[in-house]
Amino acid sequence: MIVFLIKRLANAAFVMLVVALMAFMIFRFVGDPVQLMVNEQTTQAERDELRERLGLNQSMPMQYLHFVANAVQGDFGISYRNQQEVMSLIAERFPATIELVLMATIISLVVGVPLGVITAIHRGKWYSEGLQFLSIIGVSLPSFVIGIMLILVFSVMFNILPAFGRGDVVSIGWWTTGLLTASGRAALILPSIALSFYQITLVMRLVRAEMLEVLRSDFIKFARARGVPAWRVHYSHALRNCLMPVVTMTAMNIGSLIAFALITETVFQWPGMGLLFIQAVTFVDIPVMAAYLCIVSFIFVALNTLVDITYALIDPRLRNAKA
Amino acid sequence: MFFKSTLLAGVAIACFATAGSAQTLRWGAARDINSLDPYSYGSTFTISFLNHVYEGLVRYNADLQIEPALATEWEVLPNNIWRFKLRHGVKFHDGADFTADDVVSSLARVSHPDSPLKGNLPAYKSATKVDDYTVDIELVGTYPLLLNDLTNIHMFDAGWLKDHNAELPTDVAKKVEGYPTFHANGTGPFSVESRVPDSKTVLVVNDNWWDTPKHNLKRIEFTPIASDATRVAALLSGEIDFTEKAPVQDLPRLEATPSVKVMEANELRTIMFGFNFHDKLANGQPNFFQHKEMREAVALAIDLNLIRDKVMRGKSRVTGTVVAPAIPGYDAALDVPTAYDPDKAAAMIKELGAEGFAFEIVCANDVWLNEEEICNAMVSMLTRVGLKPTLSIGPNAVQQIKQTNGEADMFSFGWANEPMLDAYSILLQVFQTKSDKAGVFNWGGWSYPELDKLIIAASTELDRTKRLALESQALKIVKDESIMLPFHQQPMAWATSDKVESVVQLSDNKGRHWLTRMTE
Repeated sequence: MIVFLIKRLANAAFVMLVVALMAFMIFRFVGDPVQLMVNEQTTQAERDELRERLGLNQSMPMQYLHFVANAVQGDFGISYRNQQEVMSLIAERFPATIELVLMATIISLVVGVPLGVITAIHRGKWYSEGLQFLSIIGVSLPSFVIGIMLILVFSVMFNILPAFGRGDVVSIGWWTTGLLTASGRAALILPSIALSFYQITLVMRLVRAEMLEVLRSDFIKFARARGVPAWRVHYSHALRNCLMPVVTMTAMNIGSLIAFALITETVFQWPGMGLLFIQAVTFVDIPVMAAYLCIVSFIFVALNTLVDITYALIDPRLRNAKA
Repeated sequence: MFFKSTLLAGVAIACFATAGSAQTLRWGAARDINSLDPYSYGSTFTISFLNHVYEGLVRYNADLQIEPALATEWEVLPNNIWRFKLRHGVKFHDGADFTADDVVSSLARVSHPDSPLKGNLPAYKSATKVDDYTVDIELVGTYPLLLNDLTNIHMFDAGWLKDHNAELPTDVAKKVEGYPTFHANGTGPFSVESRVPDSKTVLVVNDNWWDTPKHNLKRIEFTPIASDATRVAALLSGEIDFTEKAPVQDLPRLEATPSVKVMEANELRTIMFGFNFHDKLANGQPNFFQHKEMREAVALAIDLNLIRDKVMRGKSRVTGTVVAPAIPGYDAALDVPTAYDPDKAAAMIKELGAEGFAFEIVCANDVWLNEEEICNAMVSMLTRVGLKPTLSIGPNAVQQIKQTNGEADMFSFGWANEPMLDAYSILLQVFQTKSDKAGVFNWGGWSYPELDKLIIAASTELDRTKRLALESQALKIVKDESIMLPFHQQPMAWATSDKVESVVQLSDNKGRHWLTRMTE
């Protein structure tokens, strides 16, 4: 088991090093931060000197080595754009993104699971076919369109929900939450719905497929034969048996929701990590971009590693496999 | 370090009581300010926002003329020394008095080699205190534009900088944060109550301001909303009262809304196109742009009025010279756009033997208004007269590398003459021959000794009338030689809700809310 753990962790570290390396290879093409940092009247000599001091004249491998050496000690430097420590910048935005992603995940489960069950049980009925059709729209509409439509309807037409921002937040230690204030809760509604749209469809289709599978199995037939009420058969026996893949997929997808929340965050000016990253790209803020990519890949790698370790705990065959 | 709660802990509990009340201006901006430290980043927008909190020795009035602010009078002494008398009775937000020490300390900070803003004081040498309310500023040579430069140099309190170990500017290369990045202590009409980057910055009125306030605001709540559609929605739903960037495509919609007022004008910034003057093009082919006739032919081939009417929806101001009318040095006689004459252009190109001349136009898609559409229109107009242009389009951060390396055969360019507000800015940085001290934006590599002579003469001419005459002469050479093709001044549009009674909008596109009044 210990060997397996060490292997998995070594794998994870390797993946992160590769991600950082690719990031640094990309940075050569994103532009020159110095041109954006100084103003029009700065002379060429002053520009060259600043570039030298920032270490931008070093070769790419050297810059990469410096970055990794500092990052191992937890030092990501300070942002070119707003001169804050990169780690505290990201730590500030982290709660906003997590709150949004968790809320979207909850919405997707609360809405997606019942819809999946209904479309499976009432297969062929007009309303379940209609739901199936609507779900295709849910997958194919880009999330910024959904966001802008929600803003148009609920902010501009009915004027009941805010179009942007996070409302008032309360800080608990280093964590900030909008859940404890009325304006914070109101501000969370539209962005989390926009972010959950795609996820709802995914959960619904997964539950439907699993349900259809389970409903054909013997124990459901026996339960029916025994006279167990239909709702108990569906919601207690059958549903419980198809939740396992749903839970796994939801957990794994939290990583991609964090990464892809950046579109929703841009539309709603949600002060999360994605918005920070988008702005870092426009300003060629290399320290922030590098740290963000590392942290998001860390979240992905950590989630995957956790899932692998859990599977190994459950399934002894994986532990002994020479993987 | 991950758990370090920076400024959020202190400011997170925002104020409910006054939010949305009549004297709170809710400002929805297209972008956030970079920092609370005006000396942190060469950003005109950040400096203009911080002008609500910090002030300079002199400032622009509502007619863009320089007037006294923290200095009351000044005189030029021999040996390039300027003597400034400071205003008595000015207090910083923390109660400290404003004195000569503060001026010396602020100038030392902004002109330090690590400061990204030291280019804003190009002629500065040193500053010395004469007495508590008199300061001498020594310059490296005769230099006429010191006052223009000083409008953007904000004054810090020397004691405050010292107490917080911030006498030097924050150096990104040293990887240490600076105190003024998160805190502010100025003399201005508003003080900073709280700031959460990318979410909200709150200013409250400074009741001890030295000047008589023309505004009636109590608070300014500044929120960046980067997405155009969201910003417009926020204005329509009454969540913000003011924006300095109403998207051009949404103006008809905003104008049709009774609760929204739109204010349109033309910017100081002039959009133009420049040429490669090197012997070879980026692709190694011989360069026809070295011929003046070729550049003139390009000018004749472009229908500026059509671009204004179709691409800019009739809202830009077509121009014949590279500076806007409000910029000193502007000469109305030069402001005659080239008349559209494609037949003549085709004939000139034929005569040069340049038919089928292939080159690349380098444009960005995230800097100027409708830049991509303008560049596309240019490609088809130039194709029509027998040239073979191709378009390279991408984000500014990428395209600028090609432009600065001289790898762009034709490129889009914009210059507002900020923060100097004088044609000397564009002459020095764009049109003078490239050297360590000049021509940073001389991307095409042009060099006209006669033009250089005029620019250098203007740089030391203290008599304003004579200096502006020299600048106009230089701009005439720029036009006669067609070094760059001026296109237009971009439209700018502000929008306010009906809670705002009056806002002062000048062509430098800066919000000056110490002049804003809201309905009571």
